[in-house]
Amino acid sequence: MSNEIMSELRKDYIYNLMIKGEREDGRKFDEYREITIDTNVIEKAEGSARVKLGDTHVVVGVKIQTGTPFPDTPDKGVIITNLELIPLASPVFESGPPREDAIELARVVDRGIRESESIDLSKLCITPGEKVWMVFIDVHVLDDGGNIMDAASLGAIAALMTAKLPAQKFGVGEDTPVPMRDVPVAVTAVEIGGAIMLDPSLDEQSISGTKLTVISNQDGGLSGMQKSGVSPLTTEQINYIVDISIEKAKELREKFLEI
Amino acid sequence: MAKPEKLIENGIRLDGRKPDEIRPIKIKVGVLNRADGSCYFEFGGNKVIAAVYGPREVHPRHQQRSTSAVVRYRYNMASFSVEERKRPGPDRRSIEVSKVSREALEPVIFQEYFPRSAIDIFVEVLQADAGTRTAGINAASIALADAGIPMKSLVSACAVGKVDDTLVLDLNKDEDNYGQADMPIAMTPDGKITLLQMDGHLTRDEFKEGLEMAKKGCLEIAQLQRTALMEKYSSLIEGEANE
Repeated sequence: MSNEIMSELRKDYIYNLMIKGEREDGRKFDEYREITIDTNVIEKAEGSARVKLGDTHVVVGVKIQTGTPFPDTPDKGVIITNLELIPLASPVFESGPPREDAIELARVVDRGIRESESIDLSKLCITPGEKVWMVFIDVHVLDDGGNIMDAASLGAIAALMTAKLPAQKFGVGEDTPVPMRDVPVAVTAVEIGGAIMLDPSLDEQSISGTKLTVISNQDGGLSGMQKSGVSPLTTEQINYIVDISIEKAKELREKFLEI
Repeated sequence: MAKPEKLIENGIRLDGRKPDEIRPIKIKVGVLNRADGSCYFEFGGNKVIAAVYGPREVHPRHQQRSTSAVVRYRYNMASFSVEERKRPGPDRRSIEVSKVSREALEPVIFQEYFPRSAIDIFVEVLQADAGTRTAGINAASIALADAGIPMKSLVSACAVGKVDDTLVLDLNKDEDNYGQADMPIAMTPDGKITLLQMDGHLTRDEFKEGLEMAKKGCLEIAQLQRTALMEKYSSLIEGEANE
């Protein structure tokens, strides 16, 4: 993902626009690209969502089945998040086992859902120590237009909010919605020449040295953060990103993720 | 161990520390013969060893960059380093830790001095006790300096977390397991943040306060790192003078 090739002219163009306070697609620094979220797009999955964030296109499928709990948490369900950067989505993605960028994306999406305790894992227990619900969240990136992180997080939570526990199929009662109690939203910012921009496009992402993803909850608290990339950030920049991310997350949640 | 009823009693943590106190640190520089630079680092119960090789030829060749060195970082936990035996080899967690740790160090390395070469950093966790990635970064930073790699500064890392609704510096294992948040941070002595991760629950204000607390911890560690490096090289110089 980092070895996307870009001409120096184009880099200069984006950089010079930034100095004037502009972005190549005319957005403000704190403005997201157009977002559409459709849920229940895959009938075979227990929950699903298709997210378009500008040119970025991801599909998230949630499959739920029964399984044995981990020995250290016998009365809790299991969430497993996976994300693949398949070669269909970009000329720089390769097939083979997931590399560090895909693993990082998957783990940060997982962190948002897990650490916000958005799913009540104790309600996913069927028989303590024996049988619990296992929730598999699989993110398929179809087109990489930049900022996969936010698209994948939005998709994951949107898919979970519509997902059902297939109790009838497994003979353990009636189907019920997945027990959700929070809606974490990830907001990613990049730093380019000292300026902070939200929701980076592919080009902006390629020239920026560093990304910071901030995941916040309904109460405005933070449940996860990840800095990614090789250039450092100052405390002021970080504090600014945290403040603006919490506000932006609230906006996105109200607009797209109303329960 | 079951969850203790209280992790902080009368402002003192279970291991006797105050909330803003780091665990004892022991540093040995240049502990490996074959490596170009190395460091053994104890951070409370963590025991990690870091080795640096390079600048050297890049294998596989396609990884080389024509205008700068590639930095590679391998964080690995020994199977015996934790309570339950860990399956050897890289897992998803260690791949992520390796990535963010490498990115924590890259900003201070003058990579453009060594085109078409590799700087390899290997961190082996011999014993883990919460905070292995920060211990690894602290060790690797010293090992890089010991290998004579040109650097803008050292990097120091330290975590801050929340237990019993109180912000605490440098979580130990129980605080990590039963605490409410964990936020590892790495920075340069002049305050540039090169690693920032967080999980758990923090309010906006707690985050800001925690960041300042972690910075204080990092500065304290930076001092110890500097002293350890000075000690090795000043004793070398004195040894030569006596011959």
